[in-house]
Amino acid sequence: MSKTTIRIPTPLRNLTAGAGFVEVDAGTVGEALTLLERRHEGILQRVLDEHGRLRGFVNVFVGERNIQALGGLDAGLEEGAVISIVPAVAGGTR
Amino acid sequence: MSTTAQQRVLRWRAPDVRGLEEAARKGYPLEVCGLLIGRAGDAGFEIAGFTRAANLDAERPHDRYTLNPEDFLRADGEARAAGLDVVGIWHTHPDHPARPSRTDLDAAWEGYVYVIAAVTADGVHDITAWELNGPEFTAVAIEEEDR
Repeated sequence: MSKTTIRIPTPLRNLTAGAGFVEVDAGTVGEALTLLERRHEGILQRVLDEHGRLRGFVNVFVGERNIQALGGLDAGLEEGAVISIVPAVAGGTR
Repeated sequence: MSTTAQQRVLRWRAPDVRGLEEAARKGYPLEVCGLLIGRAGDAGFEIAGFTRAANLDAERPHDRYTLNPEDFLRADGEARAAGLDVVGIWHTHPDHPARPSRTDLDAAWEGYVYVIAAVTADGVHDITAWELNGPEFTAVAIEEEDR
């Protein structure tokens, strides 16, 4: 178990009572997100789909690395890790 | 754009507006994008600065953008260190009005303010701001301050 900070982007803060970050003790990214959901019900469905996979319009980083390059939700956490939930931002003229 | 009692407001500094216009002009004819840093509140958005971000859409860079998430991560970290947040996104509509498209709507997040700059070869001729409310965008008034 590692003390981990989860950074919450502004569009999801209505689910964390306005908190910009949440601290949990977790061994993997998946565990950290499960603990986040336990603390703030409803937030996980904005990050994971019904099969428990990362949604296409959300990126998750540990430190500066996308978890896709770290083993996904099984990515391990070191003491003091920072998880960032990063909304995918896109659009266009047409 | 007129301000009504209910309409939320985006306030930003003149130097930031000029800087964004310059980035839009330099990026033309491609779409360019970035993030708005500041604070969000009940009345709207106070913008303290903006960032440039890479457009990862290699197939349609003239009319689509996908903001590099690593640029978002960096901007978010710097904003938090300054006691601020990423509160919105800006992007350009080259040779197109500054109104949100269906593509903009499909990708929008409730809680962010979306600034659109209409740009041509002559420069930026319109800037608008929007936020998602349920299934549609509503306009956000823009106030430019000489601070």
